[in-house]
Amino acid sequence: MKILVCISNVPDTTAKITFTDNETKLNKNGVQFIIGPYDDYALARGVELKEQFGGSLTVLHVGEADADPQIRKALAIGADDAIRINAESLDSYYTAVQIAEVAKQNSYDLILMGRESIDYNSGVVHGLVGEMLDIPSYSPVMKLDIEGSEVTITREIDGGKEILKAPLPLVLGCQEPIAEWKIPNMRGIMTARTKPLNVVEPVSMEALTAPEKYALPAPKGACKMIPASEAETLIRLLQTEAKVL
Amino acid sequence: MSVLIYAELDNGSIKKTSLETIAYGVKVAAATGDHAVVLAIGSAEKRELEKAGHYGASKVLHASEEKLKHENSLAYADTLVQAAQQEGSKVIILSKSGLGDAVAARAAAKMKAGIVSGVTALPEIGETFKVTRSIFTGKAFAVTEIKSDIKILVVRKNAIELDESSVATVQAVVEQFAPKLADEAFKATVVNVEKASSELSLTEAAVIVSGGRGMKGPEHWQPLIDFAKALGAATGCSKPVSDLDWRPHHEHIGQTGIKVAPNLYIACGISGAIQHLAGVNGSKCIVVINKDPEAPFFKAADYGIVGDVFEILPRLTEAAKTLK
Repeated sequence: MKILVCISNVPDTTAKITFTDNETKLNKNGVQFIIGPYDDYALARGVELKEQFGGSLTVLHVGEADADPQIRKALAIGADDAIRINAESLDSYYTAVQIAEVAKQNSYDLILMGRESIDYNSGVVHGLVGEMLDIPSYSPVMKLDIEGSEVTITREIDGGKEILKAPLPLVLGCQEPIAEWKIPNMRGIMTARTKPLNVVEPVSMEALTAPEKYALPAPKGACKMIPASEAETLIRLLQTEAKVL
Repeated sequence: MSVLIYAELDNGSIKKTSLETIAYGVKVAAATGDHAVVLAIGSAEKRELEKAGHYGASKVLHASEEKLKHENSLAYADTLVQAAQQEGSKVIILSKSGLGDAVAARAAAKMKAGIVSGVTALPEIGETFKVTRSIFTGKAFAVTEIKSDIKILVVRKNAIELDESSVATVQAVVEQFAPKLADEAFKATVVNVEKASSELSLTEAAVIVSGGRGMKGPEHWQPLIDFAKALGAATGCSKPVSDLDWRPHHEHIGQTGIKVAPNLYIACGISGAIQHLAGVNGSKCIVVINKDPEAPFFKAADYGIVGDVFEILPRLTEAAKTLK
């Protein structure tokens, strides 16, 4: 089994988001970066499948060198080697083109990633990659089992879940509880240092979208406190003042 | 030319979120001087689809083949692209959902279209076409220009104010649409679909009542359920509650769970960890009930009550019952 896991490099979920350069760039100052939480689930399941079936697991990131510590962490968790496409990711389409290019050269059985990256929350890269490779894509996948060449997938749909059987190859966007996050052990961290991290230049393409500026949400007005003894008035306020009932 | 809107169906009717997307698409069409065409895929009664006209769409294309019964992003994207070609659509609009994103993504790759997901407002259309979208799980916004000839927008709930009173009684013309479907799109077989059909879906609900660890245990959930019932609300929960198996996973709202954007979100015994707030910050109005006055959730709330949920919820339920 040949597995590719795509990871994003994103601010920690508790990070305070601010912008610089006239609101055109994320302020990375003091922000802790992590492997995208959903990608981390995909990676954990990828490692389990590799342990079960053998084969190889490559981790892929589209981004600049500041992501290398996170890529090394993925290697420590159990990936065999890594590829970093050395480019600032311009948008989902651009990222997908880069991933698809690597995939075309390597014919993976399974391409896993998170259901979305938690920075831009688009949730479309798996679908784009699937279409570019002309193979099925499914998301969000909560359970993934493989028997022979048949894959059983449980994915979340609106208000429930759907169980599918599909042949390989596949592109899957993952979420919990597909696997438990893995924490690298000392041996993993040591071996990760010598595992190959290949830096590849991107395929050039003109971006179809261009970010112009960023903004923070307007500050929330003060919370109107209602004494517990008068709790019932809440219902009236919701109806007449907030007009949401 | 036209603006094409993909409307998701549920049990033979257009989903509420998709009606909002239709209204959004109609406004975009008005700005570009085009007409708005709706695409519906799956089985539905004609009179249900005609309702798209109430929100300003002139025509509905209905692809109703039996094999399109199950949500299939590959076949649906094929259908969407063929509909866009037939209608000469330059702007394609979908609702933000697992299905919406999947169909939009595959269609974008087929048409080399610029795609922006998570759009929160109407586009600014002039010499350029700019959209605002939510990023960093609601912590910020980005204004993005779409430069490609064909543009795909995946729109979040509450991107426009849907004024039900201005809804017209005009009916849309429904046309059958028979796309050419490749066998490759049907390689997967659906083994089983489990839908909690009796429950109101969290993503569609206008009101949500949600519980956290302050509810003290699964056996204490009844007051919350009663209150939700009195309001016609869906029920949700925080991550710890779902992790502890007090409530099913599909009720988990937050950064790694479901993101919701109801008109009213009522949090009972939830302290308001940043990961939970990330899942609810699209809500129009937030009410927090918590015995701890220092709970961080109060900072994100519109209304707050400091007190014991078990004492307050039954009283609110009684007050809510007098509403109707």
